[in-house]
Amino acid sequence: MTGVDVQEAISRVHREEWARVVAALARRFGDLDIAEEAAADAFATAVGRWPADGVPPSPGAWLTTTASRKAIDRIRRENKRGDTQKEAQLLYDDDPPGPPGAIDDERLRLIFTCCHPALAMEARVALTLRMAGGLTVPEIARGFLVQETTVGRRITRAKAKIKAARIPYRVPSAEDLPARVSGVLAVLFLVFNEGYLATGPGTDPVRHDLTAEAIRLTRLIRALLPEDGEVAGLLALMLLTEARRTARVSAGGELVTLDEQDRGTWDAALIAEGHRLVRERLAAGVAPGRYQILAAISAVHTSARDVRDTDWSQVVALNDQLVRVDPSPVVALNRAIAVAEIDGPEVGLAAVGRLEDKLAGYHAYHATRADLLRRLGRSQKSREAYDKAIELGVNTAEIAALTRRRDQLG
Amino acid sequence: MQYLVSVVDDTAGLATPEEDAAIDVFNDRLRAEGHWVFAGGLAAPDSATVIDNRGGEALFTDGPFVESKEYLAGFWIIEAADLEVALKLAAEGSKACNRKVEVRPFA
Repeated sequence: MTGVDVQEAISRVHREEWARVVAALARRFGDLDIAEEAAADAFATAVGRWPADGVPPSPGAWLTTTASRKAIDRIRRENKRGDTQKEAQLLYDDDPPGPPGAIDDERLRLIFTCCHPALAMEARVALTLRMAGGLTVPEIARGFLVQETTVGRRITRAKAKIKAARIPYRVPSAEDLPARVSGVLAVLFLVFNEGYLATGPGTDPVRHDLTAEAIRLTRLIRALLPEDGEVAGLLALMLLTEARRTARVSAGGELVTLDEQDRGTWDAALIAEGHRLVRERLAAGVAPGRYQILAAISAVHTSARDVRDTDWSQVVALNDQLVRVDPSPVVALNRAIAVAEIDGPEVGLAAVGRLEDKLAGYHAYHATRADLLRRLGRSQKSREAYDKAIELGVNTAEIAALTRRRDQLG
Repeated sequence: MQYLVSVVDDTAGLATPEEDAAIDVFNDRLRAEGHWVFAGGLAAPDSATVIDNRGGEALFTDGPFVESKEYLAGFWIIEAADLEVALKLAAEGSKACNRKVEVRPFA
């Protein structure tokens, strides 16, 4: 094995085994701090040794053993030996052994703990990416354009609260599971969206590292909770969105809207996988939740070889369904966009206009109006709407696209 | 593990008879299930007196130590295995007393 091969093997093992190693240590030592540090120590040891010794036959087991040894060393060094028992009680786990077949994976415990609703959303995101995703603090800071010290503080504070308030280290009971899974999915969706429409100047418009990590963690949840419809729905939604990633930004760095994307560049494998998941959920015959409906809408778009083949009435019908589970003005905006495709821009514009009270501060509201006004030939009004959308925009590629459209107005 | 469940209020009124009845039912449940440690409702914040005896002579000040729109109206101290259990009980307590509550672990 060459040095490069070993480096690749270490990266792969890191992706695949990090969460398992942290989770196993958290369970054994009852402390997320110790688990995280010992796992990092073990990977650092691997980086030092594997190039000379070769990659061990069972890298995950090697890392867990090494990390456990590091954790014990650390506890001894810090003279905490007598406190181990106490420490173990701090990260609380009174789970009776589950019935056979019950969901019980260490990584799932870890993720549910990191996404606990008693933690602030920013803390859940940072903690999940660090503990379950294995991203470093600088990587997370870069991903969300915040200071490393801020990310570090969020993680430290969250770990301290988990300990002090005794947030349990376990998978929620069956009765709480749907609500808690939805909390985990909210964290993963936020990570994905930040990657897909990155905010702020001086960042790549699409952050593949974040979208890829969100998909990876959602796949993990899907593997652990294969019966959950919303998990499947979110994974499908992410895959069908990710499939369009390369078509989404032009060579000139502009955001390309769905109707203008080169559909030939869409990732056929990801689309096929996403469609499979959507079909699986349709066949399940259970009323779909928000992510499943969003995935179905995405499936309608990705089924059209040409934008003109889009089944807009299906998009409207799905948005109607979505309004019932998520009556937000953003959903109403998307419905209005679909309505404009069927009934014309005038009708669409009227529907969009009714949302002004709620969406006046949202760039997409103004961008939608600008587009409809442009199609109606009302250049002056369109220009004003583009100005507003540009002013409120947060994504560099989107602002570039809006600016060009505005400047092309006659 | 013990948690303080503080009742946060922003209205001047005391609990209504319906709220009192709901609180009684909730308290009985806490006792029956072994979560009960202590609980109490407090008189209005303007009945408070602040004492500072750090300087050798006790200073008395009329009124609460911090003037705010929201104040502590009462509390429960509960015994719960972990935050999950405490949050569930606190959610029921909030419903019973019809007010916001805050959960904080004892150190």
